[in-house]
Amino acid sequence: MTAVREYLGRNMRQYGIMGALVAIVILFELTTSGRLLMPDNVAALVQQNAYVMILAIGMVMVIVAGHIDLSVGSVVAFVGGVIGIAMGKWDMPWLLAVLLGIVVGALVGVWQGYWVAYVGIPAFIVTLAGMLIFRGLAIVLVGTTIAGLPTGFVAISNGYLPNLLGYTGNRDALTLVLGLVAIAGLVFSQVRARTTLRKHDLEVEPMVAFAGKLVLIALLLGAITWILSGATGMPIVLIIVGVLILAYTFVLGRTVFGRHIYAIGGNLNAAILSGVNTRRVNFGIFVNIGALAGVAAIVTTSRAGAAVAAAGDSFELDAIAACFIGGTAVTGGVGKVSGAMIGALIMGVLNMGLSIMNVDPSWQKAIKGLVLLAAVAFDLINKRRAAGR
Amino acid sequence: MSTDNIILEMRGITKTFPGVKALQDVTLNVTRGQIHAICGENGAGKSTLMKVLSGVYPHGTYEGDIVFESETCEFKGIRDSEHRGIVIIHQELALSPYLSIAENIFLGNEQATRGVIDWTKTNAEAAKLLARVGLSESPDTKIMDIGVGKQQLVEIAKALSKRVKLLILDEPTAALNDEDSAHLLDLVRSLKGQGITSIIISHKLNEIAAVADTTTVIRDGLTIETLDMNGVEPVSEERIIRGMVGRSLDNRFPERSPRIGGEVLRIEDWTVHHPIDQSRKVVDGASLMVRKGEVVGLAGLMGAGRTELAMSVFGRTYGTNVSGRIFKDGQEIHTRSVGEAIRHGIAYATEDRKRYGLNLIEDIKRNITSSALGKLSRHGVVDREEETLIAERYRKDMNIKTPSVDAIVGKLSGGNQQKVVLSKWIYADPDVLILDEPTRGIDVGAKYEIYTIINALADAGKAVVVISSELPELLGVCDRIYTLSQGRVTGQLSRAEATQESLMALMTKEKEVTSR
Repeated sequence: MTAVREYLGRNMRQYGIMGALVAIVILFELTTSGRLLMPDNVAALVQQNAYVMILAIGMVMVIVAGHIDLSVGSVVAFVGGVIGIAMGKWDMPWLLAVLLGIVVGALVGVWQGYWVAYVGIPAFIVTLAGMLIFRGLAIVLVGTTIAGLPTGFVAISNGYLPNLLGYTGNRDALTLVLGLVAIAGLVFSQVRARTTLRKHDLEVEPMVAFAGKLVLIALLLGAITWILSGATGMPIVLIIVGVLILAYTFVLGRTVFGRHIYAIGGNLNAAILSGVNTRRVNFGIFVNIGALAGVAAIVTTSRAGAAVAAAGDSFELDAIAACFIGGTAVTGGVGKVSGAMIGALIMGVLNMGLSIMNVDPSWQKAIKGLVLLAAVAFDLINKRRAAGR
Repeated sequence: MSTDNIILEMRGITKTFPGVKALQDVTLNVTRGQIHAICGENGAGKSTLMKVLSGVYPHGTYEGDIVFESETCEFKGIRDSEHRGIVIIHQELALSPYLSIAENIFLGNEQATRGVIDWTKTNAEAAKLLARVGLSESPDTKIMDIGVGKQQLVEIAKALSKRVKLLILDEPTAALNDEDSAHLLDLVRSLKGQGITSIIISHKLNEIAAVADTTTVIRDGLTIETLDMNGVEPVSEERIIRGMVGRSLDNRFPERSPRIGGEVLRIEDWTVHHPIDQSRKVVDGASLMVRKGEVVGLAGLMGAGRTELAMSVFGRTYGTNVSGRIFKDGQEIHTRSVGEAIRHGIAYATEDRKRYGLNLIEDIKRNITSSALGKLSRHGVVDREEETLIAERYRKDMNIKTPSVDAIVGKLSGGNQQKVVLSKWIYADPDVLILDEPTRGIDVGAKYEIYTIINALADAGKAVVVISSELPELLGVCDRIYTLSQGRVTGQLSRAEATQESLMALMTKEKEVTSR
């Protein structure tokens, strides 16, 4: 039992933030008299907050490497404008426009990455400039709005996967199947990782903690699946976000590129003297967040059904807040995609719950600011207590 | 000994951290006007004891009494202890680089009337204090413009401004060259003449033997013994070491019978200019070579260009306008980036492991594999299972004392951190390993282990270059030693020829080209 307690103590942060999410959900579930977790609201939660999650994935990598990106909100508007014109004025097929959006986003990343990585201008300044440049360009391109986008494109953020497998009862079978696959995949990969460790007689977390964690996550995923299956279906954007989360968890945790990001953020000098090509890694990080901003632009434009020059306002702050709530270190070197996603969900649930409760948007802002501060303060106090022992 | 002569008495000090007794019933008596040395291995409890004394650990968090000038003291913080005249100077200096010497001296103690700083008074008082510590810099000079040795003197001047009665110096000479060290120790002696009592914590036993009146040895949180250094019988370094490690280290260096092969690396006419002052040659036409299975030393005083030579060879990580040629196994190679150097089988383990060698917030295994991830990955994907196994192997082979390779490197002791650095470069499997101050700041027992590792590397056919400021260390581990002075190679001596005296003579040789 002490082993379990010790393990929990060491991973306090991770469980703490998950606990906070659950607590906030329960709180709003009570204050909205059960409306927060109604199927259509959960689907809308995902659709409305997909952009934060997508941007936070890129932002985690930027912040872990010790940089910051202030430009993503403006880039979302700019790329949105480009694809809006492509579809609205040049009649480009929407699938091609999606591709164009990602490429343009990546090119923006090339531009900013060049200044940061190869010229050595601090990212804060480069992306502050980018924030102004791309907002300006977005207004030049779009004017105010370009509406009348293809229905296929609009479905990305508003539509659902087709009901291929029919219904079991009144629930969408495809959603249930996808949920089960996700749970099975998770359990399988975790068990396999544990067995390999055991095979080599290496330390593993205590069985109780391991099983408890798996059951908890499986229950959580199961609950979300169950609720969503009662909605119109599986939101398309959830699939996109899910794939990105899996892919980037892999990139950060398992690839040499990901490892180099942590090395640079943890100790830049040591990374250089270990032979890490820091310029190339930094450049890659910015190209990457550019491309992800492109994806976020597609999702946002699709959600609005139109390219809007004012789109993406303060998205960068949402993404940065999600990272910090999720335990990414301000000084770099520490941070996980999963943490940032929980951070994004906390922001999203706050948005949703407060909206359902009809709280004035100005107050919503203030409350979100307080939550950010509280999360980081909690983290700091925790760390100090650990160090003081 | 009458009690009046005792300025400080620490009685039965016990300090417990959860799970660890850092100090156990430690007693320390310091005589007024003496220089009192405290020795012990890293982790023995020296720093903890000084933190208790200076109030960093406030009264109530430890057991026991502190009696200073016959009064029992209950310090709540460092301000309280400073108020009584106890000032501690930490190993990492606490000066603000962008402020002037005078501003630093009076930082937190500004010479002001009603909140307005009196600059004339500040500078005049500072000048007086600087004269006392023998520093002939203008009080206006910025801290970043003077060397570490002078910064240390500024710290002491700052302590004097607080009317210090008991000065505590934690590893004061660790970052200083011999000349600055000697000056500092002279100063401590002259302060003694002015009635200021000092406590010195140091790893450098020769300095302690030279300067201390009394030495207290601490081991594993216990007071082992207190030695009178001015007795009839002189106290030898070996005597102190015996107390520190609890055994006598008859041989501080492990035996090795070298099997030296052919030439591996040769550097010819290597010249490096200072990165900012580009007209200055930091390394000046240096040529040297290393053979397979050989341990070669680089001796030189601070500023001789040893580290600069090594780093410029290792991927041009130091200097500008680098010229010269490098040959590896007889073939000319280029090492324009660290990656290139590593690919040619050259590794460099830095002298400053915390700043340049390790990712302190990352775990042991990821540090060990960080310079050779390519070996561990396929198509850019790291094999984490293999990684853990490799790290485990080095943990056992190198005797890294940690429960798990998932432990964060920043929490390890200096000796264990150094073993992680060595593991990292050994895993990269180079042919030439350049080890810059491989035993700096680590305790005697761990040093022996590091020497054993160096020997094993040479026996495995690696060419090892050791840069060290400690001459006995070079004499103990190297087969051949090059001396550097002012960027030039001034000579080379075989193990048989070299003595501290002969090395020192070459290390201080002034500008004149030696023919080799």
